[in-house]
Amino acid sequence: MKKNMKTIYTIIICLLFVTVNNAQERFLTKNGSISFFSSAVVKDFKADNNQVLSIIDAGSGQMAIAILMKSFMFEKALMQEHFNENYVESDKFPKATVRGDIVDFESITDLETKAEVEGVISIHGVSKEIVIGANITKSEESIFVKGEFNILLADYDIEIPRVVSKSIAKKIKVTFDFNHKPYKK
Amino acid sequence: MKKIIVTIFVVLISINIPAQDLLDILDSETPKTDNIVTATFKGTRILNGHSIENRKDKELEFIISHRFGRINLGFDELFGLDKSNIRFALEYGVNNNLTAGLGRSSFEKTYDGFLKYSLLKQKTGANSFPFAVSLFGSIAVKTLKDYDPADKRTFSESLFYVGQVLIAKKVSPSFSFQLTPTYVHRNTVRIAADPHDIFALGLGTRLKLTKRVSFNSEYYFAFDQSKSIDARNSLAFGVDIETGGHVFQLILSNAITMIEKSFITENTGDFFSGDIHFGFNISRTF
Repeated sequence: MKKNMKTIYTIIICLLFVTVNNAQERFLTKNGSISFFSSAVVKDFKADNNQVLSIIDAGSGQMAIAILMKSFMFEKALMQEHFNENYVESDKFPKATVRGDIVDFESITDLETKAEVEGVISIHGVSKEIVIGANITKSEESIFVKGEFNILLADYDIEIPRVVSKSIAKKIKVTFDFNHKPYKK
Repeated sequence: MKKIIVTIFVVLISINIPAQDLLDILDSETPKTDNIVTATFKGTRILNGHSIENRKDKELEFIISHRFGRINLGFDELFGLDKSNIRFALEYGVNNNLTAGLGRSSFEKTYDGFLKYSLLKQKTGANSFPFAVSLFGSIAVKTLKDYDPADKRTFSESLFYVGQVLIAKKVSPSFSFQLTPTYVHRNTVRIAADPHDIFALGLGTRLKLTKRVSFNSEYYFAFDQSKSIDARNSLAFGVDIETGGHVFQLILSNAITMIEKSFITENTGDFFSGDIHFGFNISRTF
């Protein structure tokens, strides 16, 4: 009987250990920032989204990002409406996502390290493979990821009508900044 | 015994619960927010009448609306193009919910001022609401001196009032409709038998054909009509063409006028015998 009790205790302790370990493995942010910049002949504009969700599994180096298109804020409300209604069609495709792996995640330290995220990005219902360069800082309390990359609107079936082709760039610069904290369910 | 514990430990560690996809976790962590339905209509007009759409905050829009003469006037009048009614207007978004406008129509040299307020918004999400409601009020002043010089019309006798409740629903991204109960008051009428107050109900629809083109229709049914004219209900069909910064509307309407008090209560065109006015609305936002 005594031996049995001991076994049960040991199992419980094992279980505790497993859960704790698991909780520390994932890092999440709900207010990551993504901005994009369009620089064309006639005008420049940008849009910011500060409600981006991003998660990193520190065990495997997997990363996922979810971006609500309607959370992009433009300087002009009319531009924002056009963006959602005509360009990215947010009613049909409410989210853009990235799912990938951080290459050599184990080698990243608490000093800013250059790294690459390899994976698949989905925008406007179109998925493409992508490699995103990032600067990552990793510690016990946080994983900080920032960087920038370019996307071609044509790759994602986002059409620019000819009349506004001088106002909207074909290539859009995207910058991001995520401060992940340990994720406890 | 120890072996069993070690086995259990190893199994537990290796299970490690990674089965759940990371994107699924993000899905479950996404805050539930309200989503205000936008672009129920593209323009601030369905065709002749107002839609629930407001000008955005601090935006000034210059609108030029044009209706030519009746198409069935034939070649001599170049199918109506010889004649036209034009309205210039400046419309300003006081904030995202309140738009104020001033306009001047060449028809009867009429000035109009209006306020439009968005009272309730259609929403999806946590606090969803099925339709949008806006309130509209306008005053028009007719300055055409079409009276007997001996019987000069006073300013107050030249006034017209319109009140509307705009109730709209975006059923799907490609279909919206609006019901518009309307009240028109005329301070002066032509003959004593003409009513001073007219109630009407408008129905407007928008059907999206492509990403930037939609087909609109608009009908106003008046419950009472002037007896002094052969008054007819207003009917219009048209397309919205969006070109980035602005919306361009091409319209076929049985009314030559573009303000509520006129096209709802003073229209005499019979759409189906060809009393159709071609026209357009163009706007430029500053």
